[in-house]
Amino acid sequence: MADELAVVGHSLTKPDAFAKVSGLTKFADDLALPRMLFGRILRSPLPHARILSVDTTRAQALPGVLAVLTGEDLPIKFGILPVSQDEEALAGEKVRYVGDPVAAVAATDEWIADEALDLIDVQFKELPRYMSIEEAIAGGEEPIHGKSNVHKAVALEFNDTEDAMAAAYHVREDVVFFEGNTHLPMEQHAALAQYSQDGKLTLWTSSQTPHYVHRALGKVLELPMSRIRVIATPNGGGFGGKSDIFAHELVAAKLAVRTGRPVKITLTREEVFYAHRGRHPVLMKVKSGYRRDGTITAMQFQSFLDGGAYGSYGVASTYYTGALQTATYAIPRYKFEGVRLFTNKPPCGPKRGHGTPQPRFALEIHLDKVAEELGIDPVDLRLRNLSSENSRTVNWLRITSCGLKACIEKVVEQSRFRERRTALPPGRGLGFAVSSYLTGAGTAIYWNDMPHSEVQLKLDRNGGVALLCGAIDIGQGSDHILAAIVAEVLGVRLEDIQLTTADTDLTPIDLGSYSSRVTFMAGNAAKAAAEKARARLFAVAAVALQCDVDDLDARDRQIFRRDRPAEAVPFMQAVRLAEAENGVVAASGSYTPPKLAGPYKGSGVGPSPAYSFSAAVVEVDVDVKTGEVRVPEVWVAHDIGRAINPVLVVGQVEGSVYMALGEALMEEQTFRLGLHKCPSLLDYKSPTALETPIMHTYLVETIDPEGPFGAKEAGQGPLLPVIPAVANAVYNAVGVRIDEVPITPEKVLKAMSEKSKRVGPRSVPAFAFPAAINADVPDEWKGR
Amino acid sequence: MLRLPRLEYLRPKTVEEAAHAMAASGGRAMFIAGGTDLVPNLKRRQFDVSTLISLNSIERGPEVEGDARTGMTIQASETLDEIANHRMVLAGYRALAQACGAVSTPQIRHMGTLGGNLLVDPRCNYYNQTYAWRKAVGFCMKKDGDICLVARSSPRCWAVSSSDSAPVALALKAEVTLRGTDGTRRIPADDLYRDDGINYLTKGPDEIVIALHLPPTKLRMTSAYWKLRRRPAFDFPILGVAVALNWDAGVVTEARGALGAVGSHPVDITLSLQPLVGQRPDENLVAELAQASDKRSRPLDNTDLDHYWRKRMTKVYVERALRDACGFEPLGGRLSAHLKQSASA
Repeated sequence: MADELAVVGHSLTKPDAFAKVSGLTKFADDLALPRMLFGRILRSPLPHARILSVDTTRAQALPGVLAVLTGEDLPIKFGILPVSQDEEALAGEKVRYVGDPVAAVAATDEWIADEALDLIDVQFKELPRYMSIEEAIAGGEEPIHGKSNVHKAVALEFNDTEDAMAAAYHVREDVVFFEGNTHLPMEQHAALAQYSQDGKLTLWTSSQTPHYVHRALGKVLELPMSRIRVIATPNGGGFGGKSDIFAHELVAAKLAVRTGRPVKITLTREEVFYAHRGRHPVLMKVKSGYRRDGTITAMQFQSFLDGGAYGSYGVASTYYTGALQTATYAIPRYKFEGVRLFTNKPPCGPKRGHGTPQPRFALEIHLDKVAEELGIDPVDLRLRNLSSENSRTVNWLRITSCGLKACIEKVVEQSRFRERRTALPPGRGLGFAVSSYLTGAGTAIYWNDMPHSEVQLKLDRNGGVALLCGAIDIGQGSDHILAAIVAEVLGVRLEDIQLTTADTDLTPIDLGSYSSRVTFMAGNAAKAAAEKARARLFAVAAVALQCDVDDLDARDRQIFRRDRPAEAVPFMQAVRLAEAENGVVAASGSYTPPKLAGPYKGSGVGPSPAYSFSAAVVEVDVDVKTGEVRVPEVWVAHDIGRAINPVLVVGQVEGSVYMALGEALMEEQTFRLGLHKCPSLLDYKSPTALETPIMHTYLVETIDPEGPFGAKEAGQGPLLPVIPAVANAVYNAVGVRIDEVPITPEKVLKAMSEKSKRVGPRSVPAFAFPAAINADVPDEWKGR
Repeated sequence: MLRLPRLEYLRPKTVEEAAHAMAASGGRAMFIAGGTDLVPNLKRRQFDVSTLISLNSIERGPEVEGDARTGMTIQASETLDEIANHRMVLAGYRALAQACGAVSTPQIRHMGTLGGNLLVDPRCNYYNQTYAWRKAVGFCMKKDGDICLVARSSPRCWAVSSSDSAPVALALKAEVTLRGTDGTRRIPADDLYRDDGINYLTKGPDEIVIALHLPPTKLRMTSAYWKLRRRPAFDFPILGVAVALNWDAGVVTEARGALGAVGSHPVDITLSLQPLVGQRPDENLVAELAQASDKRSRPLDNTDLDHYWRKRMTKVYVERALRDACGFEPLGGRLSAHLKQSASA
């Protein structure tokens, strides 16, 4: 490899850029096939009800209607996690939220399909509804699933925490609430299904996880997976919201099978709010103990997740609310209790940061208060407790590279946090927080021993390189990352790489664009494949140049002797020589994460081959008469390992800041009379360009030992510190604690006029958590 | 996607033709100009119509005539963007330019018209929802139902007047010309509105708003419009404050004002501003007046944000609008340049 990298590390234009900006990109809803039908889904008008009857006679009779489906037609349950197979494509016996799919039609146009929905007569018996954590815990005569509204309750303890609390110099407890919110992708979900007469099903869908959709289609439609092809279409926004299996995908497929004609279903914006799988509302209690100097001695963390009506990723989400507290701070004793409740609302799931922004919010505002009580600067309190590189946390997370300290120093210095924090005029304030996130989940969603990512390459005798990978670019730029890595290794240009991605007939497996895993895992697979292909080229080039393969390097479409660069074999020539010698020049590579889980039940959630780290300073400007909070400026530093394309990384950081500010200040998925209060782009308030602050992004490169070229994640981590930093800045500005998001103007004004100078939950409901599993801890933490 | 109902689309060439087409429709038609509010509402089936009568093919004279000295006439078909950036409007009737410039997004302001904004269908977050949503919640009296979901025992509809230009029209003492099958009439803008979320206009169904007339200014007039909403780039008002002051050598000779989005019609608050008349207002007088200005502000829980907070904001926004019109720094130096920039966008 050359000393200097030619492609990696450069802000080159990504492969899909021209198609995106010129309108050439075909998103799922842009697709049309001859004789295509339009599918529509009838959804529950009630939050919780038993279905007494569904009469489709009148709908079936409407001219232009070719098929009507009900729950009886798709009875097999599914779910993204093997432990939560609790969803039906169309409800059979019960509906569990307003928007739950009940029946579906395929018709020759959307007007007829709509009319047909109105002709389906469903009789319901309404059941008591559970619309909050408290109501779900209180329970009632008919729970949402099974015998109780408790979906999952977990308790883990790493070293005894009670003793440490009793012995601590200082102990503080906070109760904090994080309201739910949704992903709000610009592109609505859409799927187009085609079923050929020889029994082959093809589904084009806007998905982050085509492989899991493939598996679910096989299960629910009872077709062999070899006769199903899933193609993930270019994605107009995911953020976690398209990483589940959705009813409309299964329904479109079933309607295509039933009618023998292509069927497309595009969700309306309102239906996207019902598909949801967004941020869980989480009520949290955090308690921690300290030595006089601010060293953390123990932490206890409780979380109550409002899960919505189905399991989705919820078991993982529950564990995630307790998993990463230890990644940023060396916490010697740690206890986590978490419970996820079913409620009669659209199911929650993974949204950017999956299960970790809520506890990070609680933890970082908690530490801000602790720092004040101990009389320690909030930055110093963090620095005193930082986790370090090449370490293992008390709950067995293996940390390799760690640039958190450098991130903190960067934002503190650049924002002049220490000097300005005490010198700003009333209404203005600065807040600080840090975070960590995983670079890919260490375990697959379903248990298997196979790689998580695979890449195939085929080198063309005319100089092109075909790259095949199951990964789907959801706008984060994963196509670019794969192409850049392969181009770097082979010494070709970015435009020489031709990508085919996310097509289950053609591409080898990648588990999906979730958990910040693609750069790291598919990137490593691409690098492995490229290195194998390069070895074949170097072998023939070494013969041609009469040197050893170790003397060779590849760059700018030339394979050359490092000591005599003028002696070179052009890349294309090398491919021809290799092809003449041994046939097709192809290579494959794969990536399987190391086994990282600790020795306790529940240890599968949290481990990752690498962790990213972030630090943020947020400046706020509070209108003291109205309580409105504006954010003029944000500083974020992110430990990216290595930026394969710095512009893309900065884009991910800025996108994270934007999304975080929405969650901090206005976004909320709220319900009234059992219905989503505002399922529209106008009324669900999300920031616009005008609310977006000046953002200063600093990339800290730590060159992770296991990442491709040292890279780690950027898509999710940078969101995490921004939300608590806003809350801490509001306190700095006007002296009130808003211990819940969103921080709306009425809350700020209310806190300013209250004696407690605080708005937030006062307590958590009574709940009997299971006895904590007393997990074995790594040796270095024993007896601490 | 949500589809429009199947519609007949008429393009009359004259106002008379349009009025007659409406009179002949038996209540099954609506006028369309910019369509920026009408089209999404139609997609949600908030109206039952089979015909749209476009006003866009009607021959028109000059869109804006006159100036502050002579009085000004603005055709209802003028776009919000044109008015927001019109030099003479900005010079003579600043609040109107501010209000038109504060409507929604640039794209909408390029399509939307003054007439459309003056007549915008009152909004309510139980009503501006899809057919399926409204059916699920139980239809309200404004469409398909018989109760008010925001005030269940109420005999009337409490949808919110959400026009930015309407309170300004009241504060500026503007008049409107209406033309229908029975001829033309000119009425004070105040008389165009009724305090009812359903029957919110006094105009006949076939009458078309032709123009807005702004009265001449004798010596000096200042005006201001302050709009409260979550996102200055986008949202409908959840409170609008329009004030206009006439001056003679530093003394206020006339003070008028109106609130938007705190009831089903633009609410006149002229009475509460009368202590300004005959005075050379200072910051204290303005602050004092503002404290008494919210009596007629009665927001309910049917828009964005908390309605108690919106009521409380009335005083704050009246004070800011008055300070603006009096030439005081409207935010009293409390906020950074960044906030000022977005507040006045």
